[in-house]
Amino acid sequence: MAVADNKTEKPEGWNRPPVMEPDGDGELLEVAMGPHHPSTHGVFRMDVALDGERVIRLKPVFGYLHRNHEKLAEGMSYLGSMPFTDRLDYICSLTNNWAYALAVEKLTGQEVPERAEYLRVILGELTRFQNHASSIGFLIQEMGASGTPLMYAFREREKILDLFEALTGARMMVNYMRFGGCRVDASAAWLDAARKVVAGLPAFTGEMDRLLSTNEILMARTQGIGVLRPELAVNAGVTGPMLRASGVNYDIRKVDGYGIYNRFNFRVPLGDHWDVYDRYMIRLLEMRESIRILEQALKDIPAGPVMDPKAKLRGFRPKPGEAYGRIEAPKGELGFYLISDGGPNPYRYRVRPPSLINLTVLEDMALGENVADVVLIFGSVDIVLGEVDR
Amino acid sequence: MKTVEEIKLAIEAAVPGAAVEIVPNPSPGGQHSLRIAPGHAVAVATFLRDDEELKLDYLSNATGVDWPGCLEAVYHLYSVALKQGPLIIRMRTVNRTDQVELPSLTPVWRSAEFQEREIFDLFGIVFTGHPDLRRLLMWEGFKDHPMRRDYVEPDDFEYEPTAHDEVLARAREHRSRE
Repeated sequence: MAVADNKTEKPEGWNRPPVMEPDGDGELLEVAMGPHHPSTHGVFRMDVALDGERVIRLKPVFGYLHRNHEKLAEGMSYLGSMPFTDRLDYICSLTNNWAYALAVEKLTGQEVPERAEYLRVILGELTRFQNHASSIGFLIQEMGASGTPLMYAFREREKILDLFEALTGARMMVNYMRFGGCRVDASAAWLDAARKVVAGLPAFTGEMDRLLSTNEILMARTQGIGVLRPELAVNAGVTGPMLRASGVNYDIRKVDGYGIYNRFNFRVPLGDHWDVYDRYMIRLLEMRESIRILEQALKDIPAGPVMDPKAKLRGFRPKPGEAYGRIEAPKGELGFYLISDGGPNPYRYRVRPPSLINLTVLEDMALGENVADVVLIFGSVDIVLGEVDR
Repeated sequence: MKTVEEIKLAIEAAVPGAAVEIVPNPSPGGQHSLRIAPGHAVAVATFLRDDEELKLDYLSNATGVDWPGCLEAVYHLYSVALKQGPLIIRMRTVNRTDQVELPSLTPVWRSAEFQEREIFDLFGIVFTGHPDLRRLLMWEGFKDHPMRRDYVEPDDFEYEPTAHDEVLARAREHRSRE
């Protein structure tokens, strides 16, 4: 057992960003990138100090989309916050709902019927697919491809959103998961339509791969840029595709095995070079793994109820206690920490935002790079401001 | 992973003088936590991160909680190397008014950097040893700490009074306070 003294193997300040010195003297050019910016994925500002084209200092500024979600939840019932969770990572509403439902189910010990678990996996993986497709599309757009790969991705995304609308009533803000299952059942017709959509997804992924992965411009602009070392990634709390692109094998679907993920056969792709190209490639490969999970889940989904009939809906007052429930959302580890005091409203409701914590290392990755690459590095982190600022 | 009792013994053996108590969690998930006294918190955190059997190298979540007598910071720790967790550690401030300092765990886990800034911004806990403690979500000149339960919004906060009695009464009271 190691004795704790102040001398660890790592030098002091190993996890702080390096201090860059400009070449020569003269002033640094301070640029505010954002909040009005076509490539900042929302209202987000980065204060960069430049020496010519090179980034010397980068400080992100948050809070432009802060909507006070956590305090609002203290004044609402548990179920009343469910529609607000849709709006956190507004591209992936279903996984937000699932994370919240999981946390409340941990708090109360609620069980979820099997068909509901399968539906959750199917909708979660469809969400992951459309999120990664859009993320790749936005990254390529920021490189100057003016929207064509993005619109290819959005064309597939529209088919998935049509499925969501048919099942839940809304394309994006779905408010579908409940504590103990899902709100409505999926009909056999919906499952057939889902199977048809999933059957078309491998062709789309293959097309994106053929068009993009060996593209000269993509490779020249992204390989070797924005390198993130694995030990810094783990220490900085980076999760999701960004962590796996840095070579760390940590996928919460495999580690925690929440839901019924341990029934499915899927692989976890890892990156070797830890750069922006690896993050792009990991997202592409994860899209393929999502298709595998979807095919298995759509084949095996059993009949049954989608909501536990004994689940308490009215007058829901969990006993005092606390719980932290987390899932592998498309952006990273999305967790909800709830403290209950026995009343109908939570005493403390906290969202662990993967996008905010993944941005901890933005400065480390961008220092020393050209300012043109900062946009690409930022795009490879794949954030959504709704989640960063809540 | 070891139980909280075993981890408490391990911490007390490795960091002499550390006061650790177990906080049981009545909910079915059973995620019990350890309350750590602020004095030795950085040494305890370093031990938890580097110990061979725990290797809690990943700080997943840092939360602030506002209790009636004090403020609390709660940290959820996981291990990526050994795929175990969570271990929950908590630290309490002395009171909510003037003694609100806690040691920052950012030198141990970088992921605490933004999360502790947010706790400072929204709750008012001052983290000593944090490399860059300033507000995260609210803007620079903002006063007070919004997530506290006794937070009162200012009346003149981008608010256009309308000719309703309640609003006029509040505006009058606000002006008389100045």
